Amino acid sequence: MPIETILFFALSTVLVIAAGAVVTLRNPVHAAMCLVLTFFTSSMLWVLLRAEFLAIALVLVYVGAVMVLFLFVVMMLDINTTPLREGFARYLPVGLLIAAIMAAQMIAVLGTQHFGFDRYAAPAAVVEGSNTEALGRLLYTQYVYPFEIAAVILLVAIVAAIALTHRRREGVKTQDPGKQTMVTKAERLRVVKVGSESKEGRGA
Amino acid sequence: MIENWSSLIPLLPEVFLLGMICVILIAGLYIDEKRRGIIHFLAILTLALTAVLTLRHFAVGQRYTALGGMFVRDGVGDILKLFVYLSTAIVFVYAKHWLRANKLFSPEFYVLALFAVLGMCILISGGNLLTIYLGLELMALSSYAMVALNRDSPVAAESAMKYFVLGALASGLLLYGMSILYGLTGSLDITLIAKALESGRQPEVAVAFAVVFVVVGIGFKFGAVPFHMWVPDVYHGAPTAVTLFLASAPKLAAVGMAFRLLAEGLEPMVKDWAQMLGFLAMMSLVVGNLAAIAQTNLKRMLAYSTISHVGFILLGILAGSEQGYAAAMFYAITYALMTTAAFGMIIALSHSGFEAERIEDFKGLNQRQPWLAFLMLLVMASLGGFPPLVGFFSKLYVLQAAINAGWLWLAIVAVVMAVVGAYYYLRVIKVMYFDEPDREHQIQAPGDVRVVLAANGLLQLFLTLFVGSLTALCVAAWQ
Repeated sequence: MPIETILFFALSTVLVIAAGAVVTLRNPVHAAMCLVLTFFTSSMLWVLLRAEFLAIALVLVYVGAVMVLFLFVVMMLDINTTPLREGFARYLPVGLLIAAIMAAQMIAVLGTQHFGFDRYAAPAAVVEGSNTEALGRLLYTQYVYPFEIAAVILLVAIVAAIALTHRRREGVKTQDPGKQTMVTKAERLRVVKVGSESKEGRGA
Repeated sequence: MIENWSSLIPLLPEVFLLGMICVILIAGLYIDEKRRGIIHFLAILTLALTAVLTLRHFAVGQRYTALGGMFVRDGVGDILKLFVYLSTAIVFVYAKHWLRANKLFSPEFYVLALFAVLGMCILISGGNLLTIYLGLELMALSSYAMVALNRDSPVAAESAMKYFVLGALASGLLLYGMSILYGLTGSLDITLIAKALESGRQPEVAVAFAVVFVVVGIGFKFGAVPFHMWVPDVYHGAPTAVTLFLASAPKLAAVGMAFRLLAEGLEPMVKDWAQMLGFLAMMSLVVGNLAAIAQTNLKRMLAYSTISHVGFILLGILAGSEQGYAAAMFYAITYALMTTAAFGMIIALSHSGFEAERIEDFKGLNQRQPWLAFLMLLVMASLGGFPPLVGFFSKLYVLQAAINAGWLWLAIVAVVMAVVGAYYYLRVIKVMYFDEPDREHQIQAPGDVRVVLAANGLLQLFLTLFVGSLTALCVAAWQ
C-alpha cells in the first residue's frame, strides 16, 4: 500500500472519531478541543491533496482564530447544557433509525457506481509551482465577482453585529478626550462672591 | 479576465447601489437624530436612480452576460429588479412612520434593507451557482438582522433566531444539491449545466437527488409547505416595518432564483421538478388557506395567506412553459404590490404604543375612516381574487398556464382553495363595514404614507386597465 493511502486512512479515522467526540462529549471544553483536532486532521487531508495554502488557511483561521474565540465563549458563558440533553436516550432509537435510512439512501445514490473514476476523469494535473499564486490568480480574475460579493457579505455581518449589539448607555463614566480639550473656562470655573464675614463671628 | 471595462456596463446598477449603500452607511454615522430624514430620502433616491440605470440598458428581448457568465442580464431579471426597487421604495415610505413611532428609526434599517436589495439583484442576475448562492446569502443575512432589529422585544429575538437557524439549514441543503450538480456536470455555470444535463449522460437517480435538494432550498425561500414553519412566526415576531419588507421584495427574488435554477439550469429535468413543485403547491394552497381561517392576528393571517399565494406562484412555475413562467412572474409582481398595501394599512392605523395587528382592531373602520376602509376593501378583495381587481387576473393567468400544461387536478384544487381563502379576506371586510367600532381610530399617519397608501390601494383597481400591457411585458421577457 502506498504511503498516501495509509496516511489517508489513518487521518480519516482520527477525523471521524474526533468529529464524533465533538457531539458526544459532555464537557464543552473537551468538545471544542476535539473540534480543533477535527480541523487539524482535515487540513492534513488537504495537504495530502497538495492544497497547501488551503490547509494552512484552515489551521490559521479555524484553529487559530475561530476556535480560540469559541473557547473564550464556552469559558465565559457558563451554559448549562444538561437541559439540552434531556430526552437524548429517548430520541436516540428514532434518530438512529432515520440516520441509518438516510445514510443508506445517500450511499445508494452517491456511491461509486455514479461518481466513480470510471465515470468521471480524474481532475487535471495539480498546478505547477506555488499553490498560493495559482489560487490568488483564480480569485482575482475568474472568480473576482463572487469574491467581491463575499466581501459585501462580510460587511453586512459587521453592520448587523454592530446594529444588534451596540447601544449607547446612559451614565457611563467614560472619558471623551475631545470634550475634555474643548472645555472652556466658563464650564469648569465658577466664581463665587464670598461676602465679607462679620467680624463678631470671627472674633468669637 | 477583465479585458474591457465596457463589458461591465450591464453591472452598473448593482455597482451604483453598492456605492450608495456605503455612502448611506457613512452618512448615518454623522447625521444626528433630528435629521435622520435625510437617510430616508437618500435611500429612496438610491432606489430611484438604480431603477433609472436599469432602465437605461433595459434588457427585454436581449441577454447580456458579464464576468464570464457569472452575471446575466435579461428581460426577466430586469423586470423583476424594477419591481424589487419599486416595492422597497413603497416599504421605506410606510416603514418610516412605524419606525419613528416605535423609536427604531435608525440608518441600519435602511442600510440592511438596501443590502438585501443588492443581494436580490445579484440573485436575480446570477448566471452561476456561486453567484446565486452568494446573492441568496447576502439577502438572507440582511433579513435575519432586520428581524432582530428591535432588540428589546423577546418575540422578535425568538423569531430572528428561528429564521436564522432554519435559513442556515435550508442554505446548507441547497448548497449540498449544488455541489452534487457540480459533481455531475463539472460546471457551476447555469447554461453549461443545462447543456450537460441535456446530453443525458448523467445517471438519472443522481440528478434527481440533486434536484430534490435544490427544490427544497427554493421551497424554503418561498415559504412553501412543508418548509413554511418559519413564515408565521417571523411575520408575527418581526417589527411590522420589517415584516412589510420581507413579505414583498424577497418573493420577487425567490421567483428569480427559481427561474435561474429550475427554468434555466435544470430545464432538461422539468418532469422531475414539476412533480415536486406540484406537491409543494398543493400543500401550500391547502395548509395556507385553512390555517389562515383560524387566525385572529392580521399579521399571522397575512403570513398564512402568503403561503397560499406562494402555492399559486409555484403553480405557474411548474407549468414549465413560457406562458407559465410569465404568469408566475406577473403573479409575484402583483402580489408584492398587494401585500405592501395590506401591511401599509396596519402601519397607517398604528401609532406609538399601539399596533393595529388584530383583526378586531379594524372593527367599524368604515364609520370613522371610510376612505381607509375602502382602500383596505380593495386590497383584501384583490388578495382574495375578486374579478374587477388585479388579483383576479393574476390567478386567472396562472390557472390557464397550469391547465395548458396538463395540471387540471391541481388547478381545481387551487380554485377550491381560493374560494376557501375568500372567506378570511371577506371577514376583514365584514369587520370593517358591519361591526360597531369599539374604540376611536386615531390616525397619525403623515401625509406621505396616506398618499402612497392611496396610490397603492387604488393600484389594485387601475392595474386591471394595464393588465394587458403588463402581461405582454412579462411574456416578452421570456422570448
